[in-house]
Amino acid sequence: MKKIFIHEEYCMNCRLCEVHCIVQNSKTRNIIKAYKGEYPKPVPRVLVEEQGYLSFALQCRHCEDAPCLEACITGAMRRDPESGAVLADEERCVGCWMCIMVCPFGVISRNVEGKRVISKCNLCQGEEIPVCVKNCPNEAIVFEEEK
Amino acid sequence: MAKGKMTPEFKVLRDMEKCVSCQVCHRLCSNDAHLYDPDTGVVTSEDSRCVGCHFCESLCPTGALVIRRNPSEIKLNALWSGRALEDISRQSTTGGVLLTGMGNDRPFPVYFDHLLLNASQVTNPSIDPLREPMELRTYLGGKPDRLEVKEGQKPEEVLKSFLASQIPLETPILFTAMSYGSISLNAVKSLAMAAKEAGTLWNTGEGGLHPDLYPYGPHLVVQVASGRFGVHKEYLEAGAAIEIKIGQGAKPGIGGHLPGEKVTEEISRTRMIPAGTDALSPAPHHDIYSIEDLKQLIYALKEAVRYRKPVGVKIAAVHNVAPIASGIVRAGADFVVIDGLRGGTGAAPRVIRDHVGIPIELAISVVDQRLREEGQRNRASLIAAGGFRNSADVIKAVALGADAVYVGTSALVALGCHVCQKCYTGKCNWGIATQDPYLTKRLNPEIGARRLVNLLRAWSLEIKEMLGGMGINALESLRGNREQLRAVGLAETDMKILGVKPAGEAW
Repeated sequence: MKKIFIHEEYCMNCRLCEVHCIVQNSKTRNIIKAYKGEYPKPVPRVLVEEQGYLSFALQCRHCEDAPCLEACITGAMRRDPESGAVLADEERCVGCWMCIMVCPFGVISRNVEGKRVISKCNLCQGEEIPVCVKNCPNEAIVFEEEK
Repeated sequence: MAKGKMTPEFKVLRDMEKCVSCQVCHRLCSNDAHLYDPDTGVVTSEDSRCVGCHFCESLCPTGALVIRRNPSEIKLNALWSGRALEDISRQSTTGGVLLTGMGNDRPFPVYFDHLLLNASQVTNPSIDPLREPMELRTYLGGKPDRLEVKEGQKPEEVLKSFLASQIPLETPILFTAMSYGSISLNAVKSLAMAAKEAGTLWNTGEGGLHPDLYPYGPHLVVQVASGRFGVHKEYLEAGAAIEIKIGQGAKPGIGGHLPGEKVTEEISRTRMIPAGTDALSPAPHHDIYSIEDLKQLIYALKEAVRYRKPVGVKIAAVHNVAPIASGIVRAGADFVVIDGLRGGTGAAPRVIRDHVGIPIELAISVVDQRLREEGQRNRASLIAAGGFRNSADVIKAVALGADAVYVGTSALVALGCHVCQKCYTGKCNWGIATQDPYLTKRLNPEIGARRLVNLLRAWSLEIKEMLGGMGINALESLRGNREQLRAVGLAETDMKILGVKPAGEAW
């Protein structure tokens, strides 16, 4: 399957991936409205980790052996048979946060919209390329077939 | 602290309707021109810190930022311009030599802009480069005075004369000397990768050759400059050609100075000097005080590589450029590089950059003419450098007599440079003229090389179109063919030196 790969040596920590992720997961998908008109502001599903000059954008790795799938008590977390992506069904999620506890990458977070559900990268289902990759100005994250 | 006397050079205009306080500008500006206040959640700007590199503008996701020249204007005065005042103000504050980067930015006449190309009409056919073969291949290196052949079957049996080593270039555009140190390793990698793919050459400058870059040796000109940094056996053998650097167009007559802060561990290894020490290139080569001394170095280098690689000499275009170039060819150089008034630099005193040297157009013309008159033009290739902005400049240089051109600034602009002239600060936001690990990673060499290859491809296609229009199917046929050029708005003496007729005059 196609996954997002990181070239941390070219990540400049601009965090445009976060910005565009916020927009993609907003109601209006308009950057100015998403930032200025939506409360609470959507949370980005990609986060740039940084230490010194090392930085990289991290989102769900869509693990082959995904612990969140095992941990989910309601079956909300499932693997999409077509794309191979690990997706969360917000209708089924009860907000037990077990997936957050077991995720080895810390890339699942709580949704802030008041609903007790989790929020995670869904590889921008419906888009050809995830928006974080599309908008990375330095190609520090790429969407490629797994080698 | 006494307050400075000048207003900021730039103004950061932030459209607050559009600014979403995403802080991209705040996070990235190496000059700290954008400030974020966590209490109010608002991003503001400090105009006086802006250098006008436009990096923030290019990354702002909402287009909220525009960098403008500060509209604050002093009383109009043709002599005491804002710049003249600012220079005095800066110098009376610092007491130092004004430094700058990139090439001459003063409004000297650009002769290329006064030269026009010819095209075929009716009496001679033009050529469509998309349908017919068009040759841009250029061979660098000395050519024999005559070719002697004998009977035989195979090509190597037929040729009797000795042919000096030649470097084939797929396009007459080379990347000029920019050292690892003056620019980042990622910038050097971009140039190296692009040169390899486009079939042309890149140049180490005086920075030595980083171990990662040895694979790009077949497309490399290794430089031997006055500081002799990083010169050793493997270095000389790694390149396709060797270039002795005597002078640089941006700073003729003076040496180089890479400040110790820029001499990181890796640069210290590559340059073979202790980390943190200033890398000082002396103004002259201390073993070259005459053409005879130069000849010794040329032949020492030729011996060192067993005559398998061409050895050239780079000089700045100065008043005596023609006799000097003539001497260089007599001294045995296989190619001569002339760097003109508008040649760039990573750091130079501004007064030198702006006031020393002569324009490259005139230099190409007088050097080509002199070498032809002396019957030794064939003995060396002529490479012109300094301020080539587009394919028209390149083709006009070839028509004036150059074999190929070196581009530096154009290549950097392809990598993102906005010619803010702050290379000497080492804080290049585009990740080019810096060694700061926070900044160098902003230049992804894969993207850089792709853009450089595109640039060379585009220019080459345009050169082919222009050649075809003139009814010429090989670049070699244009070299020194000044009949293809006509001058507009030039004085009689300029035209005489350039060897071109005024527009309107027939063959």
